[in-house]
Amino acid sequence: MNFTVDGRQVFAYTAAHAIDPAKATVVFVHGAGLDHSWWGLQSRYFGYHGRNVLAVDLPGHGRSAGPPLATVGELADWVFRLLEAAGLAKASVIGHSMGSLVALECAARQPARVERIALIGTAYPMKVGEAFLDAAKRNDHAAYDMETIWGHAPQVPLGSNPNPGMWMYGDMLARLARLAPGVLYNDLKACNDYAGGEVAAGKVQCPALFLLGRRDQMTPPRGGLAFAQLVQGAKVIQLAPSGHSLMAESPDAVLDALIEFLRA
Amino acid sequence: MSGPKYPGFDTLALHAGQSPDPATGSRAVPVYQTTSYVFRDSAHAASLFNMERAGHVYSRISNPTVAVLEERVAALEGGVGAIATASGQAALHLAVATLMDAGSHIVASNSLYGGSHNLLGYTLKRFGIDTTFVAPGTPENFAQAIRPNTRLLFAETLGNPGLEVLDVPAVAQVAHAAGLPLLVDATFTTPYLMKPFEHGADLLYHSATKFLGGHGIAIGGVLVDSGRFDWEKSGKFPQLTAPYSGFHNMDFEEESGTRAFLLRARREGLRDFGACMAPMTAFQILQGIETLHLRMPRHVENTRKVVQFLAANPAVAKVVYPELPDHPNHALAKMLLPRGCGAVFTFDIKGGREAGQRFIEALRVFSHLANVGDAKSLVIHPASTTHYRMSDEDLAKAGVGAGTVRLSVGLEDAADLIEDLGRALAVSQRTAAQK
Repeated sequence: MNFTVDGRQVFAYTAAHAIDPAKATVVFVHGAGLDHSWWGLQSRYFGYHGRNVLAVDLPGHGRSAGPPLATVGELADWVFRLLEAAGLAKASVIGHSMGSLVALECAARQPARVERIALIGTAYPMKVGEAFLDAAKRNDHAAYDMETIWGHAPQVPLGSNPNPGMWMYGDMLARLARLAPGVLYNDLKACNDYAGGEVAAGKVQCPALFLLGRRDQMTPPRGGLAFAQLVQGAKVIQLAPSGHSLMAESPDAVLDALIEFLRA
Repeated sequence: MSGPKYPGFDTLALHAGQSPDPATGSRAVPVYQTTSYVFRDSAHAASLFNMERAGHVYSRISNPTVAVLEERVAALEGGVGAIATASGQAALHLAVATLMDAGSHIVASNSLYGGSHNLLGYTLKRFGIDTTFVAPGTPENFAQAIRPNTRLLFAETLGNPGLEVLDVPAVAQVAHAAGLPLLVDATFTTPYLMKPFEHGADLLYHSATKFLGGHGIAIGGVLVDSGRFDWEKSGKFPQLTAPYSGFHNMDFEEESGTRAFLLRARREGLRDFGACMAPMTAFQILQGIETLHLRMPRHVENTRKVVQFLAANPAVAKVVYPELPDHPNHALAKMLLPRGCGAVFTFDIKGGREAGQRFIEALRVFSHLANVGDAKSLVIHPASTTHYRMSDEDLAKAGVGAGTVRLSVGLEDAADLIEDLGRALAVSQRTAAQK
């Protein structure tokens, strides 16, 4: 569904359902260089089980007009403006990687409007290696390769995809190939520069879930575990076989964890 | 690339798509010989049907053994995924049926496998899908044949049987300039010799019956999507970018982005047309793929020796193989096929049709049959078999003469192959002279 935010057309997947302000809402925020379809199975489930779903394409990603926003804080503020454009007062915010930082900032900035947050494949600080950043800045394909390889568990290229017939590496590379130049760098820099984690974590008032992949090479679980300790009462679930792309690598386990968390 | 590395081709050929079986520890790919899969409960069943969870429901749509083959071929080709089909022809039909309706139009190379020519030129026409055939050697030919209702450009990476090397980058450029995808039949080249997606093709398929299997025991096809074509931006494919009442009003592109084509092909094409691959077939083709990287160099090595022998034989009028300097696509072949031009080629015997027939009947190691890409060497006379439905005019356009013989060079001792060919050529000429 298209919305107008800041005078620009933006897109959020709603699982083919109209927005109903009487329903609870779940906002899904993707990670660096990705789009709404990264949440395909999970967002579809909640859309067909009684909730409003807004699986966003952040500005400059997927079907949303650019330019991309440069900081995690700007992205969090944008999420609230999207909610307003959709006629919604509050939501639970589920974010992956860069999107997890956005979810945290949403909870910190406007606690009254955020019911729950789930941070998937996360760490704080979310530092990005110099070589990765530099390659992304040059729009060098090596950055896509790093995002792809480090973005999955080591066994993924030799293992089997839970989604029959699909090749996870190829899927991510195809998504990245559609990005406008500079977008991946923008996102990685936003992650790298984000410095407000401790303060934001201290302001979180809603229930929080940290969903971590034990074989995450992009945001190793030790970083996620340390991050979770900053958020009072946060629940942590580690998925043994998963790397950074938990929604693709362990789609059912992620969905089950979210169902349980949002039901509680 | 500084940093992490992708697994090599040889490793992917052996491992991609399969972890040791979690239930039994089986290292080999288990054959899941089952039609259907038990749901955990009613909610699980509903979620699978509504695509809220990944998994298998019914083996016409997906099967764990078949999925290993699909993922492995997608990995070798660098695609987002693949769908295995009952045959290569089923893969071509699935691609066309997913992308177009009655009233659509295809621009295709005129140098195609006879079965593909039949499907496009005759059968699909009955369902309102027209095809214009063009000589593939000049990319501009494709451009000139594009109409407002064109939805696909299609060609073989190596034309059958003329061995025209498709200028994939140039034809892809023509397609993309018109907002259209390029589909290639990559059967003759396999991902070992060429990766068409790296050159701009959007979709490809294999007759897995041929080199992927390599053993000549199983019929199958695999359709692979690069995930790179932007259906939404093209604006020509409501099949993928508008709600479809035939499947939960799903907008496939909105739902899955890079996976839109395969999603509709699987959820509609396999569901409704039903040309799926059997799990045992997938297992058999996987056994072949595990040695693809070992077999293809030997195929090419033997072919080069046979080509060299034939080119120097006085009974041979012409050898058509892109590695020969007189082939019109020699330079292109060096660029796109640096590992070799495959193991299928044609040559013309002096003495025409009768000499050709006697040659074939005198062979002892080569088997006379309608297939290519087997580990065993094969021979056929296209004008009377694979291309027999084509008119003389179409045959000539496809580079096939009355005396043209097609060889598929196998993995035998090259000296034995050369001895067999030399003796049969001598027989063919002696008989012709006696007449």
